[in-house]
Amino acid sequence: MNYVIENFRRNPLSLMALFIIILLGVTAIFAPVIAPYSPTEIDVDNVLAPPGLRHPFGTDELGRDVLSRMIYGARVSLSVGFVAVGIAIMIGTLIGAVAGYYGGRIDSILMRFVDIMLTFPTIFLILAVVIIIEQNIWTIMVVIGLTGWMDVARLVRAEFLSIKEREFVQAAKAVGVDNLRIIFRHILPNALAPVFVAAVFGIAGAILTESALSFLGFGIRPPEPSWGNILTSGKDNIEVAWWLSLFPGLAIFITTLSYNLVGETLRDSLDPRLRQSR
Amino acid sequence: MIPILLGITVITFTVIHLAPGDPVETQTELNIKASAQARENLKKLYGLDQPLHVQYINWLKRFLRFDFGESFVDQRRVIDKIKERIPITLSINLISMMIIFIFAIPIGVFSAWRRNSLFDRITTVFVFAGFSMPHFWLALLLMILFGVELGWFPISGLQSIEIEDMSFFERLIDIARHLVLPVAVATTGGIAGLSRYSRSSMLEVLRQDYIRTARAKGLPEKTVIFRHGLRNALLPVVTILGLSVPGLIGGSVIFETIFAIPGMGQLYYSSAMARDYPVVMGMLVIIAVLTLLGNLIADITYALIDPRIKVGGERG
Repeated sequence: MNYVIENFRRNPLSLMALFIIILLGVTAIFAPVIAPYSPTEIDVDNVLAPPGLRHPFGTDELGRDVLSRMIYGARVSLSVGFVAVGIAIMIGTLIGAVAGYYGGRIDSILMRFVDIMLTFPTIFLILAVVIIIEQNIWTIMVVIGLTGWMDVARLVRAEFLSIKEREFVQAAKAVGVDNLRIIFRHILPNALAPVFVAAVFGIAGAILTESALSFLGFGIRPPEPSWGNILTSGKDNIEVAWWLSLFPGLAIFITTLSYNLVGETLRDSLDPRLRQSR
Repeated sequence: MIPILLGITVITFTVIHLAPGDPVETQTELNIKASAQARENLKKLYGLDQPLHVQYINWLKRFLRFDFGESFVDQRRVIDKIKERIPITLSINLISMMIIFIFAIPIGVFSAWRRNSLFDRITTVFVFAGFSMPHFWLALLLMILFGVELGWFPISGLQSIEIEDMSFFERLIDIARHLVLPVAVATTGGIAGLSRYSRSSMLEVLRQDYIRTARAKGLPEKTVIFRHGLRNALLPVVTILGLSVPGLIGGSVIFETIFAIPGMGQLYYSSAMARDYPVVMGMLVIIAVLTLLGNLIADITYALIDPRIKVGGERG
């Protein structure tokens, strides 16, 4: 933990990223208080207004305030990011733990399953599933989670493979502690640090995936705002309204960049080997 | 290889059957274009009156004959629709891969060699930006800047309408100009990822004893870096290149859709939009198999450049 604080203190960029992450979270939670306009209110007199004093980020093709839509969009992006990663972490940890702990046949079957899942480009798999099920924020979260657990599984498996050989695990086995208890109480807590780092990177990835899906028209449906679907109107009005493309994309970019920077700093502080090499 | 191939078909089959209730009803309900005839064909295609394992075996048999049924949209055979799109996507991805390789490895090696130099710091910033950048946004920005504002490059399609009147050389230039922006979008993430990876791989190698030995016996720095360092550092990089195949193909959905390039990604997108199930499911299998082939090629390349693995059983 000391290393973490030390590392953030030495790295002003990551500290700023951490600050941005907190700020974004606060913005998302207090969206109704912060947003200057309603995100869905249509104003036909102010269609595609460029950025100005009344609308700092301009308006879209229905006269809706882009800044307000982005503030509400932060709710969508962040909640999808967190829930999807939560699902991915749960599945990945469970599969990785079982594979690493039991080894042998179970291990090879589970890891083969991971290999198979990895041969599908994620976006193809997600599109195939979302056109069958009903598309709303909950199903999007689940689908992104279900297609994003493989790296976590590999990571957890590797941790389990090495930790299960350690004396305290052998000792627990010797005194007859049952397998489930060894997995969850003895090994898992020692394997959580890299999982946490993976989760931080995972949130960036899930936010990117959600925005790409919404951009393509398979994610969050308008009028509900999401950073991705504001960019869709940006594309439709690309010749006349640059602000519709610039600001929401910048929001996605800064958010994922912040999570990636924080993730990198966390990883550096948790991995002593990397600490020397960078 | 074979078990993975079977697994791919099982997962695709599961996705088809995810639909609540009767998939034919759900699918035709969503797609008004599906006529009563198409409905019958679909029932026959999936053999829905059969028990599940029989359905799977039948579907697998048809898959081995590349028979994925007919498209809802234009009643053409699915495999024909896919076949005509494969060359475009494959060549764009091959070009992208070459560009990624040409740029990423020198960048990574140089950053590792001159660690913490100005160059290393600047590339680190770019690597992070490249990682975090939503590709479709990058595409929009490039379109606005180079297409709309500056007018340097065309922003949609693969060729101009006047291509028929051009000489061979002009056609080549025309297609190349159309490809600049899509390829730029397709390679950004790859260059960022691979240069980072080759940097850390090179750092790892440079710390090894044999590098110190090479330096100690007075070899020129160039020999140390390129002969002793690079060859060893490249091994894991090749594996990563194989692993990046799904990402590249997945990216084609995005850049082909945005730039209106008639490749597999764009077909997948438009078929998904139209709820054209036979095409979507057929492509899902084919894409996964192509990815598997990409991984296989990476494995073979690995064997070729790694002196420890000998191909063909010869022993040294």
